[in-house]
Amino acid sequence: MELSGAEILIASLEKEGVEVIFGYPGGAVLGIYDVLFSSKIRHVLTRHEQGAAHAADGYARATGKPGVCLATSGPGATNLVTGIATAYMDSVPLIALTGQVGTSFLGRDSFQEADITGITLPITKHNFLVKDVKNLARTIKEAFYIATTGRPGPVLIDLPKDVTGLKTEFRYPQKVEIAGYKPIYAGHIKQITEAAEAIEKAQRPVIYAGGGVILSDAHEELRELAEKANIPVTCTLMGLGGFPGTHSLSLGMLGMHGTVVANYAIQSSDLIVTIGARFDDRVTGRTDTFGPNAKIIHIDIDPAEIGKNVCADIPIVGDAKQVLKVLNHHVKFKERRGWIDKIEEWKRDFALSYGGQGSDVIKPQYVVEQIHELTKGDAIIVTEVGQNQMWAAQYYKFNTPRSFLSSGGLGTMGYGFPAAIGAQVARPDKVVFNIAGDGSIQMNIQELATAVAEKLPVKVAILNNQYLGMVRQWQELFYERRYSYVNMQSAPDFVKVAEAYGAVGLRATKPEEVRSVLEEAMKVNDRPVFIDFRVSREENVFPMVPANGVLDKMILGVEE
Amino acid sequence: MKQHTLAVLVKNRPGVLARIAGLYSRRGFNIESLTVGRTEDPRVSRITMVVEADEMTLEQITKQLHKLIDVLKISDITHEDMVERELALIKVNADKNNRSDILQIVGIFRAQIVDVGEKSVIIEVTGSTHKIDAMVNLLAPAGIRELVRTGKVAMIRGNKAVKPPLD
Ligand SMILES: Cc1ncc(C[n+]2csc(CCOP(=O)(O)OP(=O)(O)O)c2C)c(N)n1
Ligand SMILES: [Mg+2]
Repeated sequence: MELSGAEILIASLEKEGVEVIFGYPGGAVLGIYDVLFSSKIRHVLTRHEQGAAHAADGYARATGKPGVCLATSGPGATNLVTGIATAYMDSVPLIALTGQVGTSFLGRDSFQEADITGITLPITKHNFLVKDVKNLARTIKEAFYIATTGRPGPVLIDLPKDVTGLKTEFRYPQKVEIAGYKPIYAGHIKQITEAAEAIEKAQRPVIYAGGGVILSDAHEELRELAEKANIPVTCTLMGLGGFPGTHSLSLGMLGMHGTVVANYAIQSSDLIVTIGARFDDRVTGRTDTFGPNAKIIHIDIDPAEIGKNVCADIPIVGDAKQVLKVLNHHVKFKERRGWIDKIEEWKRDFALSYGGQGSDVIKPQYVVEQIHELTKGDAIIVTEVGQNQMWAAQYYKFNTPRSFLSSGGLGTMGYGFPAAIGAQVARPDKVVFNIAGDGSIQMNIQELATAVAEKLPVKVAILNNQYLGMVRQWQELFYERRYSYVNMQSAPDFVKVAEAYGAVGLRATKPEEVRSVLEEAMKVNDRPVFIDFRVSREENVFPMVPANGVLDKMILGVEE
Repeated sequence: MKQHTLAVLVKNRPGVLARIAGLYSRRGFNIESLTVGRTEDPRVSRITMVVEADEMTLEQITKQLHKLIDVLKISDITHEDMVERELALIKVNADKNNRSDILQIVGIFRAQIVDVGEKSVIIEVTGSTHKIDAMVNLLAPAGIRELVRTGKVAMIRGNKAVKPPLD
């Protein structure tokens, strides 16, 4: 049967098992929207295309399935860009569909024309401009295949308006073969046995686990490795939830705002087992000082990550889950009493602390702890960027994968709220909290309308310090307290904003209100809730390794 | 730093060059020269690149190129026994006084004069990059008005071939 391009698109998405599209209409996608109108695919209308991209990203991170967003040509497409870049940096499988001017108008600065394939070249895993409707079905198949296999990432498909209108025979390909694209899943056995021998010999090993563990669904294999070989585990921001935060072998996060024990462990280690992590500068500090006495095993599905920032002694290219499965056969238990005792001692002596919640002003860390307690560690926590993000990472103990969603690589303020919407759409059974900052929440606050329209009970805990807090912290520590343009005191009343949108607005100004306000928020199940926590204004995130510093030279606090 | 010659086979698709050029500038790799053209298979283009890089950087370049979906194959042919050629057109000042000197240089390099003007000639020369550099140096005193070079193409001698992994 002959179908139009728009019909082929939607039929192909159905074949791919797409249940939800986050999008925003416009001239170039009128044909697509006309078909969507009568499709069984759910469409969530966001209030900004950036919101659609982040929501699709949140959906993908919460489920492991590809998220799909849709925007019109020109400004619609360019509004997706930050969302696509965010997904790219964190290896999130995302399909971005953009309308485009008709093929005969291309390259002529036509109305609402933007070269979106050119613009997104460096921030997509791949992108396509479909010029012939005959190639459409195959292109969609390839796009999903590329986005979800190997190291996942965003793929954009640009759809000229005439292509969505023209008709052709529809046959969805059963399988794809892309010459020149062959992800490697199985690790080299020689390398794996070499890794096992290094683990056997190591006196002070530590596992450094990243987002790859979550992407490859390797959390069980990671746990088995840690327990079987008796190796403590530290996770990157992206890896949180990949290993239970409450496990006795868990060291918490490492890096710039990592725990003392994690950073000391790395610096004292003789073997760092890196799994699905990429030696980001926020993790390593100065790379030549990272794990100075350690041999490095590096397991990653992306060969280009190996040797990019830090040289690996034992590189293993492959999928974390598959590699660990094999590796686990070759390792055995070792006591390493001295090392484990040392770790326990550091854990005791340098536990995360913020001086405790006094009686006068709310501490942001206390709010996170209370959220953890109230949700029994079982919520999906989405964050914005800044101090709020780091406190969420430090004080919520993540025990399961896909329970912590945060823009790690790009550090996108405004990510959290729309991503939380996407996560709640994906997981209606879960409590979804967006731990937000007062600055960040204002970047995509319009998505309140989306959450209200979709009756999504996303809870937004605004840690309101009336500052661009993380920037203020750097100005305090490194720029002689010259607080240049970080004051956010002229903000709207977040309670009234929520109410104006038809959401619930709550506020806590005193420590004793924190718990009750959270409990009230938990009772709401048919609309979003904003909670304005008025927190201590100049609280800092510690420990802190200054940028390009050495991991064990941490600032633990400032003298009052 | 060492120069490396890479033979890169890519799908013959619009935008492939932009992807490669973008990758180089974004990641701060240096390209000395780059040529591109069709191959025996119409679906495939071949890029010959000369890059200046240490071993670590070369490894990154290769790996990052491999990540581009449209890149089919990358061969570092630097150490292969190969034929390498570059073509140059050189417009050089030539009048009664120096014409015979120029003709002599053209003869030595087995180049050709392909256009004769009142005050200048155009010389066509092919050969290794090294040979063209040498010729340009010798012609420089006469005054070079215009110079255009193709960049290097290269092919391994004998039966060995750089073939795309297509069907
Ligand atoms: C889109 C964007 N713009 C700017 C920044 C730089 N930045 C990083 S953290 C931060 C402050 C965030 O303030 P807020 O949301 O109030 O969070 P807080 O640090 O106070 O918890 C800024 C401006 C960024 N990460 N993203
Ligand atoms: Mg703030």
